[in-house]
Amino acid sequence: MSALAALIRRDIRIALRVGGGALIGVLFFLTVTVLMPFAVGPDLALLSRLGPAILWLGALLASLLTLDRLFTADHDDGSLDLVVMSRTPLELACAAKALAHWLAAGLPLIIATPALGLLLNLDGTATLAVALTLLAGTPALTFTGMIGAALAVTLHRGGLLLAVLVLPLSIPVLIFGVAASQAAISGPLSFGTPFSILCALSLVSFVLGPFAAAASLRHGLD
Amino acid sequence: MTLIDLANPTRFLALTARILPWLAGATAILLAIGLYQSAMAPDDYQQGATVKIMFIHVPNAWLSMFVWGVMSVAALGTLVWRHPLADVAAKAAAPIGAAFTFLALVTGSLWGRPMWGTYWEWDARLTSVLILFLMYLGLMALWRAVEDPSRAARAAAILTLVGAINIPIIKFSVDWWNTLHQPASVIRMGGSTLDKAFLWPLLVMAVAFSLLFVTLHLAAMRNEILRRRVRSLQMMQASRIAFSSEVGTGSREEKASKTIGAA
Repeated sequence: MSALAALIRRDIRIALRVGGGALIGVLFFLTVTVLMPFAVGPDLALLSRLGPAILWLGALLASLLTLDRLFTADHDDGSLDLVVMSRTPLELACAAKALAHWLAAGLPLIIATPALGLLLNLDGTATLAVALTLLAGTPALTFTGMIGAALAVTLHRGGLLLAVLVLPLSIPVLIFGVAASQAAISGPLSFGTPFSILCALSLVSFVLGPFAAAASLRHGLD
Repeated sequence: MTLIDLANPTRFLALTARILPWLAGATAILLAIGLYQSAMAPDDYQQGATVKIMFIHVPNAWLSMFVWGVMSVAALGTLVWRHPLADVAAKAAAPIGAAFTFLALVTGSLWGRPMWGTYWEWDARLTSVLILFLMYLGLMALWRAVEDPSRAARAAAILTLVGAINIPIIKFSVDWWNTLHQPASVIRMGGSTLDKAFLWPLLVMAVAFSLLFVTLHLAAMRNEILRRRVRSLQMMQASRIAFSSEVGTGSREEKASKTIGAA
């Protein structure tokens, strides 16, 4: 257990310090959100209607961009091999790494959401709903994205290949995340139904992600 | 005759060389019968002659999912049983599956034009088939991203299995998304029961397309095995040339460069 805690602490520290690049995700999130009004026009009513969708897309892309760093840096300096060879089960180590990555790169996105909600003319309830759905949904993005990151690092191909592999898998999260936010703002549906499915998706990804990522690291690294 | 007897590629090549002509013949005959029956099938009272698109569209849609199933079994073969031909099977199936999925999309959209008045409707089934198509393309991109076939095989196998778990989830969420955004405006196929006049041609076509897949798959596997042999022969030749030019004299280098020129 202490080994996992040490791994999480180490990963968060590396991500937050100089050269870590976790906070670039937030900057990217901000930039995408600022770009949207230029594309659809500065109509505040339209922006507040599209707001949850824009925030969700921005968060999805931002978390996708930072995924590349999940294993690459560790693979480059060799510490990934130590993690693979250590006595801690690789599945648990992968889960710990993903958790640390989410804490360093995913959580700041959610903290930034209220400020971005102001730019998109979202009221208090809407912003709260989007932040809540992001809180429930972004772990699923990180944990399923981890599979793609593990595949990419074993193949020495990151970037576009990772995006092409991971994005189709994130469609359910996007659907239920936006649906839950819309349900809380205007929709005829109750907030609870899509939100609990969103939580279920996150839970499924907690189970599926570490096993698949560990399998691909075990089979791929040599 | 078990699956492990086929582990020897030479034996596999010999066996499929004998089977393939029969399979191709059976496919051609069944396709001819199915197409004839489809052409003879009566028009639908609502959809007119366009209902005949169904006889092409539905088998393609079935196969688009069936091929992913075949690839998942092959992925298990790669990861669990380490069957030497499993990754060949998985690699050969992916483009064929993508082609069936693409045909299902195209025929669906052609069917949608007279029925819904538009080529593309964000209908739940069309959308989930489109996502399946994207996943096929991603898998093919993964195969093409790495030179070493066995490395690519293990990565693709993991992605195939993850996809097999995720496809039902994606299908469910797209259905849910669709019912939320557009309440049942799409005309559904006439209820759940099909008349016998439509059912028989459809079943024949389904069997014919499945046979077509098996034929194409075996042929593609043969090609893949031969392609790998050619590749390893080329690698052997290249390493021999590199070796001889490293240690050899000028005359040997000359000979090696001649070999390259001949190749």
